[in-house]
Amino acid sequence: MEQVAFGQLQETLYKKKLANGLDVFILPKPGFNKTYATFTTKYGSVDNEFVPLGENERVKVPDGIAHFLEHKMFEDENGDVFQDFSRQGASANAFTSFTRTAYLFSSTSNVETNLETLLNFVQYPYFTDETVEKEKGIIEQEISMYEDNPDWQNFFGLLQAMYHNHPVKTDIAGTAESIGRITKNDLYMCYRTFYHPANMTMFIVGNVEPEKVMNFIELNQNEKEFPEAESPQRFFSDEPEQVSEKMKTIPMPVKVGKTLVGIKESEPDKQGRELLKHELSVQLLLEMIFGQSSKNYQDLFSSGLIDDSFSFDYTAEKGFGFTVIGGDSSEPESLAGKITALIEEFKKLPFDEESFRRIRKKKIGFFLRAMNSPEYIANQFTRYYFNGMHLFDVIPVLEELTPESLQSTLQTHFDTEARLSACIIKPEDSE
Amino acid sequence: MIGLDNVTINSINTHIMPVKTFKTTTFVLQVRTKLSRDTVTGRALLPSVLERGTEHFPGRQYIQGALEELYGAHLTADVVKKGEHHVITFRIEVANEKFLSDNTPLTGRAVQLLASVLLYPLTENGSFPADAVEEEKRSHRQKIAGIYDDKMRYAGMRLNEEMCRGEAYALPILGFEEDLDTITGASLYEVYKQTLREAALDLYVVGDVEEEEIKNFVEQYLQVKNNEPASYRTEDAKEPDKPRLVKEEQQIQQAKLHIGYRTGTKFGDKDYFALQVFNSLFGGSPHSKLFVNVREKASLAYYAASRVESHKGLLLVLSGIESDKYEEAVKIIDKQMEDMKAGNFTEEDISQTKAVLKNQILETIDVPRGRIELEYHGAIAGRRIGAEDWVKEIEQVTREDVVRAASKIVKDTTYFLYGKGGDE
Repeated sequence: MEQVAFGQLQETLYKKKLANGLDVFILPKPGFNKTYATFTTKYGSVDNEFVPLGENERVKVPDGIAHFLEHKMFEDENGDVFQDFSRQGASANAFTSFTRTAYLFSSTSNVETNLETLLNFVQYPYFTDETVEKEKGIIEQEISMYEDNPDWQNFFGLLQAMYHNHPVKTDIAGTAESIGRITKNDLYMCYRTFYHPANMTMFIVGNVEPEKVMNFIELNQNEKEFPEAESPQRFFSDEPEQVSEKMKTIPMPVKVGKTLVGIKESEPDKQGRELLKHELSVQLLLEMIFGQSSKNYQDLFSSGLIDDSFSFDYTAEKGFGFTVIGGDSSEPESLAGKITALIEEFKKLPFDEESFRRIRKKKIGFFLRAMNSPEYIANQFTRYYFNGMHLFDVIPVLEELTPESLQSTLQTHFDTEARLSACIIKPEDSE
Repeated sequence: MIGLDNVTINSINTHIMPVKTFKTTTFVLQVRTKLSRDTVTGRALLPSVLERGTEHFPGRQYIQGALEELYGAHLTADVVKKGEHHVITFRIEVANEKFLSDNTPLTGRAVQLLASVLLYPLTENGSFPADAVEEEKRSHRQKIAGIYDDKMRYAGMRLNEEMCRGEAYALPILGFEEDLDTITGASLYEVYKQTLREAALDLYVVGDVEEEEIKNFVEQYLQVKNNEPASYRTEDAKEPDKPRLVKEEQQIQQAKLHIGYRTGTKFGDKDYFALQVFNSLFGGSPHSKLFVNVREKASLAYYAASRVESHKGLLLVLSGIESDKYEEAVKIIDKQMEDMKAGNFTEEDISQTKAVLKNQILETIDVPRGRIELEYHGAIAGRRIGAEDWVKEIEQVTREDVVRAASKIVKDTTYFLYGKGGDE
């Protein structure tokens, strides 16, 4: 077992790659009641075209299948695994993102028993025609809940405006039609291809003894048999650099309009420290342009174009990345135009070094605050790890950033000509 | 468990909880008054106006800039109701300088900043600046309008309004759009002064801190003047004559079924913890009767859950279903309630539920805000029940206690928001 200490943060991370390929990380948090564990596969909604393990032909699976599979993992012939976690005093959950499916629990007692339950249920697929059909009703309700949610519609509308082909533009849950086509054999095929331990990572954070927990996990894994590890072969259609649509308007029966402006990443193949540096740089720039301490924010607020729902973020994974800026607005079109204009204006202004240093401090403080949260640590660590980055590099990389390096990110990422889209939710007269 | 030191400083009940596990220090100031029609909108608007500028930081950008300098100290202010108590909450969370390469002391400055926002707002001739107030009114108006667009929240608000009509608890937490028309910088400043005069003030501090140092900061910076908490009584919950049904049609894909019950049990009452066990088993957890029967067995919903309002004595069921599944869903939910009242659950169900609740409580106190929320229940009810007592109380609940708590629960109002073409 390897050990890495992060002095200033007073954290020590333990890690080991097990014989079957599973990566296990343990971050002890003395003094916490809670232990939080995630078991994550590098498989999400975008992985919809691949060569199934043990086969030669490439297949395309129905939209929403990774999420459907996540729902179905919780059941076996003895019923619902939520019940087992409850009996063991734990609360369990799972989520599917564009690139990951994570299963998790948190508990304040019986940590080993709960770890065993987590490992065992995720490594035991059990689907029948009947249980698959029954799940469709539940997921249809989840989908219709999102259909009524204007923020969700706005976000996916924006992704559809930005992307021509990449599956990131497809709703993670799929549609009633696409999930209707899912069969138990599809689920087994996806499971076999993407749930091999070599494609998965376990992260445990909490009041645990690392040696003991690592041995326990290793013992559990050594008792199970897995086929030879093979890296899943995935396919993505070519994606042009330019956006698909510059402006998309979605009428909805809402009272308040919404605007999101997106900037599509031009070099979506960065990984590792380079990606981390890029991600932090874009986030820092966004904060400088649109943060609450900026003049732009005050002006947008005073002119009535935004309220305090206004926010922005940048996220990137292998193959795609985007900035998103916006919020509720009574004049969604004007806000979209104004955001674009402010970006262009900022690019021409002299670089404000004082604001850069201040905002960097803010980002460092944010990271320290996040270190209080086991959920943040486990989920972000895994996301970073799958992209070759290291969560505990955040502060050192922030400290490496310079006004010059930010200037160059500003000129390359913030291309409002070819790579900017806006999506608007427009109130329609419903009554 | 950690000790909790209570001391009154400048009429602020100060609760300091030194714990070594956190990399930040959290300050939460609770400003509590009676919930009433005439101040509900003003008080809801107040936090955002206070965050618009102070004597020392005369504009939002200066306050935000100062927070950034303090390594991104996080300041928030919002308003909630707890039963018929109206609580404005100010929170500031600041990095502990121990974990920074730069050793500037941050804690004292964070208290100063909090004090600046609370006690030294930017004013012009005895009123809040008109332009800031007008801008915040506009933003607030939009926030009120936006409730309609979040159907779960809208249904929750409508149920509350219908069920508690005539009681203060019916007031929506953001207040009323029509009130905004009459609020001015001067009238809002009066609300502010009156609030500081009348409110019961509780300050919670959680982090790796020295008690004496914190007390000194509070004494030195948070100098609240002329504060005399007004004593007030909240109304008792009204017993419904008979269950009511309210239906509303909108252009939506998923219908919302919300059901309100009167529990007859509030925080501080003998059966309160039995009610918590009841709720967890009925609809508060993934092993609950609602989750298993509405979602897993009948596939009617993605979510079907219940929760308890501790200081008003309410139980609320919420779920999202297809518009034409109303009858079926209500029937299943009613059946689960009958089963709970009849004691149709096993000893094992009870022990499983207690394990889940105990875990939730211990997890809650791992988070500074959660720990403070638990402690604050006691401050409101005038009876301190520490986090460690919660676990003990839950452990003592028996099956009979749960059935007794269930027997007092009465269905009041069912609110159904359905899509066009569904239902009728």
